[in-house]
Amino acid sequence: MSRKPRPLFLERQNYRRRRMADAARILPLLGFVLVLVPILWLPAQTETPDTVRGSIYLFAIWFLLIAAAFVLSRTLRDEDDPRGPEDEG
Amino acid sequence: MVPFNILVAVCLIYVGILFLVAWAAERRAARGSARWLRSPMVYTLSLSIYCTAWTFYGAVGYAARSGLEFLTIYLGPSLVMVGWWWLVRKLVRIGRTQRVTSIADLISSRYGKSNFLGVIVTLIAVVAATPYIALQLQSVTLSFAVFASGTPEGWAMPGQGATALWVAGGLAIFTILFGTRNLDANERHHGVVMAIALEAVVKLVALLAVGIFVVWGVAGSWAEVFARIDASPIADWPLKPARWIGLTMVSAAAVVTLPRMFQVMVVENSDERHLATASWAFPLYLLLMSLFVVPIAVVGLSVLPAGANPDLFVLTLPLAFDQGKLAMLAFLGGFSSATSMVIVAAIALATMVSNHVIVPLWLAFREGGARAPGDVRGLVLTSRRVSIAGILALGYTYYSLSGGSAALAAIGLIAFVGVAQILPAMLGAVFWRGATGRGAAMGLVTGFLVWIYTLYLPSFGEEGLLSHAVLTEGPWGVSWLRPQALFGSEALDPLLHAVFWSLGLNSLAFLAGSLLTFPTPLERLQGLAFVNVFDQAQGQGGWSRGGVEAEDLLAMSQGILGAEEAQEFFRAEAAGQGRVGFLPDTTPDFIERLERRLAGSVGSATAHAMIAQFAVGAAVSAQDLMAVASEAQQIMEYSAQLEAKSEELARTARQLRDANEKLTEISVQKDAFLSQISHELRTPMTSIRAFSEILMDEDLPPEMRRKYAGIIQDEAIRLTGLLNDLLDLSVLENRKVQLNIRAANLHDLIDRALQAAGSTRPERSFLIHRDIAAEHQPVITDTDRLVQVFINLISNARKYCDAERPELTIKVRRKGSRIEIDFIDNGAGIPKKSQGLIFEKFARLTDTSRAGGAGLGLAICREIMVNLGGSVAYLPGQGGAAFRVTLPVRKSVEQAA
Repeated sequence: MSRKPRPLFLERQNYRRRRMADAARILPLLGFVLVLVPILWLPAQTETPDTVRGSIYLFAIWFLLIAAAFVLSRTLRDEDDPRGPEDEG
Repeated sequence: MVPFNILVAVCLIYVGILFLVAWAAERRAARGSARWLRSPMVYTLSLSIYCTAWTFYGAVGYAARSGLEFLTIYLGPSLVMVGWWWLVRKLVRIGRTQRVTSIADLISSRYGKSNFLGVIVTLIAVVAATPYIALQLQSVTLSFAVFASGTPEGWAMPGQGATALWVAGGLAIFTILFGTRNLDANERHHGVVMAIALEAVVKLVALLAVGIFVVWGVAGSWAEVFARIDASPIADWPLKPARWIGLTMVSAAAVVTLPRMFQVMVVENSDERHLATASWAFPLYLLLMSLFVVPIAVVGLSVLPAGANPDLFVLTLPLAFDQGKLAMLAFLGGFSSATSMVIVAAIALATMVSNHVIVPLWLAFREGGARAPGDVRGLVLTSRRVSIAGILALGYTYYSLSGGSAALAAIGLIAFVGVAQILPAMLGAVFWRGATGRGAAMGLVTGFLVWIYTLYLPSFGEEGLLSHAVLTEGPWGVSWLRPQALFGSEALDPLLHAVFWSLGLNSLAFLAGSLLTFPTPLERLQGLAFVNVFDQAQGQGGWSRGGVEAEDLLAMSQGILGAEEAQEFFRAEAAGQGRVGFLPDTTPDFIERLERRLAGSVGSATAHAMIAQFAVGAAVSAQDLMAVASEAQQIMEYSAQLEAKSEELARTARQLRDANEKLTEISVQKDAFLSQISHELRTPMTSIRAFSEILMDEDLPPEMRRKYAGIIQDEAIRLTGLLNDLLDLSVLENRKVQLNIRAANLHDLIDRALQAAGSTRPERSFLIHRDIAAEHQPVITDTDRLVQVFINLISNARKYCDAERPELTIKVRRKGSRIEIDFIDNGAGIPKKSQGLIFEKFARLTDTSRAGGAGLGLAICREIMVNLGGSVAYLPGQGGAAFRVTLPVRKSVEQAA
């Protein structure tokens, strides 16, 4: 039941980790927006065929998302979060 | 082409390897070395059951028909996994703390452990999964047909229906063998997970191999592939923005709501940190699976004759280039995709059906409800096995009814939209404390019905369940009720139309219902526990202190968890409270933990209902909730601390009082014993003195003399026996006894004891239950002493068992390096207040029954067992007096010395 009052400011390492968690939250939203970009191109209505360009684009952002998730997971994995919710900083 | 019999042989060998892998994994897990079985990579690979035969064969067909649109099916789940920090992490944490057994259990548990919700979710899941399973059977059957066609030698290829039946039957057997082997408290299946991880590797390798062959073997290079793509009809695919967004979102929803995905992602998760790895590795897996889909489709379209089924290009392309081995690999990949999906889906659905439908029904109709003891465990396992068979039978029936004609992609998407109906209730469960059970039920039912009406029924085609007239003009000619154009919304294509209306009305009903209804106290408690799962300070459990008897709970738990596990759990709990024996105090904490433990086996709703039968009136009330939610946090915390302290003090005081009572009673008994022992000693002494005085008279006739001398001798023997016992006890207590260690067979020792104890009250006939096979155990110990203990326990049963038809059960169990022997009779047992006392010296429960000795028997037994390195204890809750003797298989030498 008892909970220690949380510090208002954190030292550097924890601060960094909180921001990484924020990044992990932003990443899927960013990814979703990037996935929607091909809609703006309207394939099959352009003069030159662009299915190849579309697939290269999609696979590229896909791969970048994976790489970003990989980097984030390294930082976030070891955190077993003993301090409760980390949504403030 | 490969002869059909060789194909069958390859399949059988492959399945045999899967069997071996699963079996080896189970064995390793049983031996406790499961760490490498549960690595992050195995976890990630097990997630790959997302890629079913629909992916393996269907993605190429999808690409050939609609270009890059197939990518949405894999981009959606990738986004969910990349965003694990939002949802998946929370689901896994909740799954672990609440011991969730399925997605139906999650919903039911969150909304007040309501079984009704569990039933709805189960229904949705089964209806949505049936066509999906049928699809897997269809793809295996089709691939068989492609491979084996036109081969006169070998066996004749059976009809497609027969092939599907064989596949369904084989899968049912595999799933039952490894999916219902045990009723694990955490519902984890090491063998199955390992097998599907292997299948995941096979299907990835197979698809990559075909892709590499197509790109570098057929086309030559990527540049050539690109040129062919731009020249092919695929390049003209129209991107429909609504479908692009809708499909991405539906597939993202499906990855968390599909019962099989929930099973591997949440239920089978053994370590939360594995998620971090899966967050990038699973999207990578999906990317690799999709990488060569378009090249295969393009090359297939240009090389194979027009009219070839694009759903089978993965198989037919290598065959067209005479690459038999590659085609075989592709065939095994497709086989893997189909089988792993069916196995996990069947396990997940069977758990739901048995926990939410069969077991509650059985409890409701059984006389005496949960209070009647019974083998719930056996029932649950049987009902799961039957459910697995039933689900596969449903899939097969759907397959044979639908004729297996529809394009693969259509069926998959229909199932996705169906399970996506669970999403609003699930998100509400995890993120919104205001979500209520009635709201969730309204949303789920609405979404389910709209989905059935707008997508599921029309999917059977115009000759199917809805007539042509209903489809084009609406029911009874009401045009705004047309299944595929509700309220005149004709602009959307049928799939998106269904997504829009079903999920829209579902969410609306869920939100409105939640806003307008008032949750029960239990719902509010569970809501707090779910939404704030990452807070350390958890709300108290749903039980306040009530008059629950630990012994009753133990008897019930044994029926569900199995005797051994239940006893172990109760003993650990008792030890945690600082008590010895098997009966802990029934604190709310303890009941909460017990309920979760049971929930891991039979689901939260059933576990709650079973405990509620014992804790009538002890469930939490709205007032209790208000106390928890009080504004004055500081005072609350302080008082909570005080309360905890005072509870601890009370517990300590109770222990002291227990000890004191025991001491007082012992002291009383000791006084009684002293007077008794003086009496026992004086009686023979008096008669010895009296008769020896008579003997001094020299006129006594010889026969009288002999008679009196005999009496004197008998009394002296009795005296010596008593003194021997006392001496024996003091030697044993001082650990100075000489042990005579020998090897023997436990079975023979029990035989000896039964024979010797037969002389106690020989007029009573006892029915003895023994497990002869289990008794054949070698032991190295002091056999005479051990037999002495057995004789004592058996004689006690003969003396005190008050049943009309007395029975004695002897159970032997080996547990690691120890052997447990239980002696259980069917009498009235020993009252709880005396259980702590019976092993004390001079203890005797009834003063009237002076059947033997001076109450030293069990005390001697206890000391003997301590000397042999074991123990003897009273075992409550077995329906009679029960004693458990524990001894090491081998008495260690230093102890013996």
